[in-house]
Amino acid sequence: MTVNGTTVEAEVPDRTLLVHFLRDVAGLTATNVGCDTTSCGACTVLLDGQSVKSCTVLAAQVDGRQVTTLEGLADGDGEMHPVQRAFRAEHGLQCGFCTPGMVMATVSLLAENPRPTEEQVRTGLEGNLCRCTGYHNIVRAVLAAAADTEGQASR
Amino acid sequence: MSILGTRVVRVEDPRLLTAGGTYVDDVRVPELTRAARVTFVRSPFAHALITGIDPSAARAAPGVIAVLTYQDINDIPPPPPPPEGGPPPGSEAAPLPLGGVWQEPLLAVDRVRFVGEPVAIVLTDDSYQGEDAAELVSVDYEPLPTVIGIDSALAGQTLCFPDAGSNVAVTAAKPGDGPGFEACDVVVEHGIVNQRLAPVPMEGRAAAARWADGKLTVWVSSQNPQISRFVLAGAFGLDPDSIRVIVPDVGGGFGAKIAVDRDAIVVAWAARHTGRPLRWVETRSENLTGMTHGRAQRHRVKIGGTRDGRVLAYRVEVVQDTGAYPRMSGFLPFLTCLMAAGPYDIGHVETAARTVVTNTTPISAYRGAGRPEATAAIERAMDLFAHEIGMDPAEVRRRNLVPSDRFPHQSPCGAHYDSGDYVGGLDKALAGAGYPGLRAEQARRRERGDVVQLGIGVASYVEITAADADNGETARVVVNGDGTATVYTGSSSHGQGHETAWAMLVQSDLGIPIDKVTVLHGDTDLIPLATGTYASRSLQLGGVAVHKADLEIKDQARRLAADMMEASEADLELDTDRGLWHVRGDPGSGKTWADVAGRAGPEGLTASVHFTEAQPTFPFGTHVAVTEVDTETGKVRLVRHVTVDDAGIVVNPVLTEGQRHGGIAQGVAQALLEEMVYDADGNPLTGTLADYAAITATELPSFELLESETPTPINPLGVKGIGEAGTIGATPAVQNSVIDAVSHLGVRHIDMPTTPARVWAAIREARDSQ
Amino acid sequence: MIPAPFTYQRAGSVDEAISLAAQGGDDAKFLAGGHSLLPLMKLRLSVPEALIDIGPLRELSYVREDDGHIAVGALTCHHDVANSALLGSELPLLAYAAGQVGDPQIRHRGTIGGSLVHADPAGDLPAVILALDAALVARGPSGQREIAAGEFFQGLFETALEPGELLTEIRIPKPAQAGWSFQKFTKRAIDWAIVGAAVQGDRVALVHMGSTPLRASGVERALAEGAAPADAAAHASDGTSPPEDINADRGYREHLARVLVRRGLAEARSRA
Repeated sequence: MTVNGTTVEAEVPDRTLLVHFLRDVAGLTATNVGCDTTSCGACTVLLDGQSVKSCTVLAAQVDGRQVTTLEGLADGDGEMHPVQRAFRAEHGLQCGFCTPGMVMATVSLLAENPRPTEEQVRTGLEGNLCRCTGYHNIVRAVLAAAADTEGQASR
Repeated sequence: MSILGTRVVRVEDPRLLTAGGTYVDDVRVPELTRAARVTFVRSPFAHALITGIDPSAARAAPGVIAVLTYQDINDIPPPPPPPEGGPPPGSEAAPLPLGGVWQEPLLAVDRVRFVGEPVAIVLTDDSYQGEDAAELVSVDYEPLPTVIGIDSALAGQTLCFPDAGSNVAVTAAKPGDGPGFEACDVVVEHGIVNQRLAPVPMEGRAAAARWADGKLTVWVSSQNPQISRFVLAGAFGLDPDSIRVIVPDVGGGFGAKIAVDRDAIVVAWAARHTGRPLRWVETRSENLTGMTHGRAQRHRVKIGGTRDGRVLAYRVEVVQDTGAYPRMSGFLPFLTCLMAAGPYDIGHVETAARTVVTNTTPISAYRGAGRPEATAAIERAMDLFAHEIGMDPAEVRRRNLVPSDRFPHQSPCGAHYDSGDYVGGLDKALAGAGYPGLRAEQARRRERGDVVQLGIGVASYVEITAADADNGETARVVVNGDGTATVYTGSSSHGQGHETAWAMLVQSDLGIPIDKVTVLHGDTDLIPLATGTYASRSLQLGGVAVHKADLEIKDQARRLAADMMEASEADLELDTDRGLWHVRGDPGSGKTWADVAGRAGPEGLTASVHFTEAQPTFPFGTHVAVTEVDTETGKVRLVRHVTVDDAGIVVNPVLTEGQRHGGIAQGVAQALLEEMVYDADGNPLTGTLADYAAITATELPSFELLESETPTPINPLGVKGIGEAGTIGATPAVQNSVIDAVSHLGVRHIDMPTTPARVWAAIREARDSQ
Repeated sequence: MIPAPFTYQRAGSVDEAISLAAQGGDDAKFLAGGHSLLPLMKLRLSVPEALIDIGPLRELSYVREDDGHIAVGALTCHHDVANSALLGSELPLLAYAAGQVGDPQIRHRGTIGGSLVHADPAGDLPAVILALDAALVARGPSGQREIAAGEFFQGLFETALEPGELLTEIRIPKPAQAGWSFQKFTKRAIDWAIVGAAVQGDRVALVHMGSTPLRASGVERALAEGAAPADAAAHASDGTSPPEDINADRGYREHLARVLVRRGLAEARSRA
């Protein structure tokens, strides 16, 4: 599979979950495991640009496809992605554990709905749990990122 | 212009947002290369004798290095008897495990007392093998009758600890002063449940350990690296100097990661016992029954007063279900009783508390730790009283809040409230919510008989922060030869943003900009003595310690700079905007911090402080919650949540707001959704995140936070703690709001969580009884 | 957290999938999006020895009009079902309900076929296709057959599919009556329905009122006899045996069914 633009190849047991492939084989530990019932979203990554919960995808199912994790979001010069910038500006994270999944879910949400209302943001993040922030600033971050992307696109 | 009080985004975030945090499972250091994985074998029974453990099938499984049980734990001293000279074992003031007949083993010996209790561990090359092998460990259990629920514990037909002779571990009572209920025209009594919750930090428990060359290194997701080191030293009979505890990033704690628990101690023991580096990361299902739970109190409240709204007497009887082992003795109900009177000026307050054991997960601190329970009880009582006398609940509160000119105030329960403006907080919250307009809208909907009714809930609170003020906190500040500063703090951030806030303190005090300040925490080799983060103590103890260390450095620097500039100390000024020492009136003269620190010697300038407060501090506030209740289905929607949370001077509004938001969300969650439920056999029914209703973004609105800063005289920065206040105020406001929405239908009380089924049942019952 | 060991095979075609399944027998299962199966396997509630990955069979992902009915490929993911313009105009009940399944990440992976074959009575889509009078096309070693929705759901997590049969398509007739509604009652937005009602015209099906999705036949009969919708809704729980769990007892589910059907019928009529 291609992860953040780089081909990663390995032989792994058939039951290897994508999240463990990313963490232990590709060495990308930003993506976290937060539950065992596909509930929390901490493991969210992009599969061909769409958000998926990598704990409920077998690495084998992703053979030949493209995965993007948090580590792959910043551009080549290390410039933060608008969503990363917005999360920082709006204090959309505290302990940081849900953050990689939350950011990737946001990227996917905005790709499908570039100008969401607050309600659409909240519903759009229903698959991502956070215990620290109460979601208030996460919602602000998503709306700010939407406005920022719009602003950038119109330049 | 001081940076304090200004909005500063966090210095922690670029790393967390790009590379991600480094939690225990992410630590990649040479010492943990080829660390084996630990998988626990846990009891599926709530109460049973263990009649045999057969590890042979597991030992033969692929990748298995060892299978260990209590029988292998032959190389550490037995647990010490309860401390002499300290508080007696039954004392409500001792937050330590009771021990003695209530002793909790590391791995179960001959009996298990809760589903999830650790029985054995399997060491494997990788975690997948560990899960396979753990299934193969054969344990023979002889189930015993279970003690589930407070009534069962009190009935005592089955004892969790036969040698204790009772399921009641701690008892305490405090009578009230002066005339009691007999002097009241109106008396209302009610039973209230403050339900069991699971803390659910997004990162569960995790620990890694390595024993090499006579030294034990432990990486652990904890709120207290230094206390953990002493706990481990005591458990193993080792000199603390031979133990290093490293706390990397921690994915949330909320009180449930105070120090280290038996599972982490087992991991550390096993690393020493086998000589293999080990790593353990629990699954969420393990976490929901293995990590301590919170709350689980039952209350009987009695409130009395006059018909014109004056509360004269209040009584709360607390029964604390502490789960299978009394890990915090009677400490949580002690705090509940200490804060029982809330922010009210009530002459006669009686409290009584019992702590019972049951065959469920042990209870420990969870955001608020005993104080949300106190507030929830009296806030329900105030509403019941208000309803009884037909007075607006906000007005009843106003008539009973301690007036603002009466501080410091000694509460009838023995707490010394330092400063407060309770009435001001109430008025501000009501104004911010548009209270009269809300009542008008409620009246309109009632008149029309709308299906969706409006509820308005008010909760006023006061809370105790830095309850262990005399433990204090440590700080060592170093100004390096290059003019940068390094802060070694005893505080142990797990999301709070201390690195940013402490850097701001240094910038404010010394004029060294925050991007030149490095804040270190979490490594006992760097910071051997400290208490850590819980009880909302960090800013007022850890932050003030940094501030005081700054002032000591300033004194040292002044002497050096005076010498360097051949001026008298009295003529010297530190320009904190530029970080420059200069002679007053001559801004051109100047020595930088690099100059002065360089003059001090190769170590730069350094100051170490252990700061204690004379007493805890008491933040306060009022929350107003607005809910809509669908009276046909019972479904509740939180529409608005307005708060005043006054924790004294605000150092960084960004951080303070974040703590309030997070606290409010968890408080709302208790009122509306979350509950750890067990069946009669002690099986958890909410043992996964599919069933435990952790709150999501769709159930919450954006919050409306109002500003209020009433300084405390207790520390030089005038700061109190904000970490738990939001939770304490939010829960009763929302609960009261839901009941308020349907009170016109005859509903008096609904226990939490106010799920649709509960609300509908309450509506139906009220209708049927009319 | 981790499934028990199994062997993974990838099918290059529908025929290959069927032949691999025949070889694997009872111990083999098809893997589509994996969001019904893998969660069970991770908790080790399901321990198949072989998984046949049919996810790559893009030829089974489609939404098209076919001969007067709408054909939805079994491997169409919920996200695509929810966003299909064709479904939005012809079968908005299905499009809307698919958008209610789980959360966005789950909808990117979970498929309509996977959901239907999983046959969880608390699932949204089984009741919807029951209300829509769909036919399910299955292909197996002995060929292809059509199974009416009313016969497809046999019991708790049990369908009429024979071992080794692969669901390939869901065929839905264009509804005779345009009004529709999907009433999903939950505690939290991401929860499974405590109770749900799918309404298409005068056809009503219930979510989580038994071990399978159920037609609310009492309601449909009353409507056919000319009852007003609000009165017909009073029959919503007739003949049902709703489960009891931590969210609801029997009485509450029965009550919710009546309320949701009443609201669903009203909303459907407002859309007609």
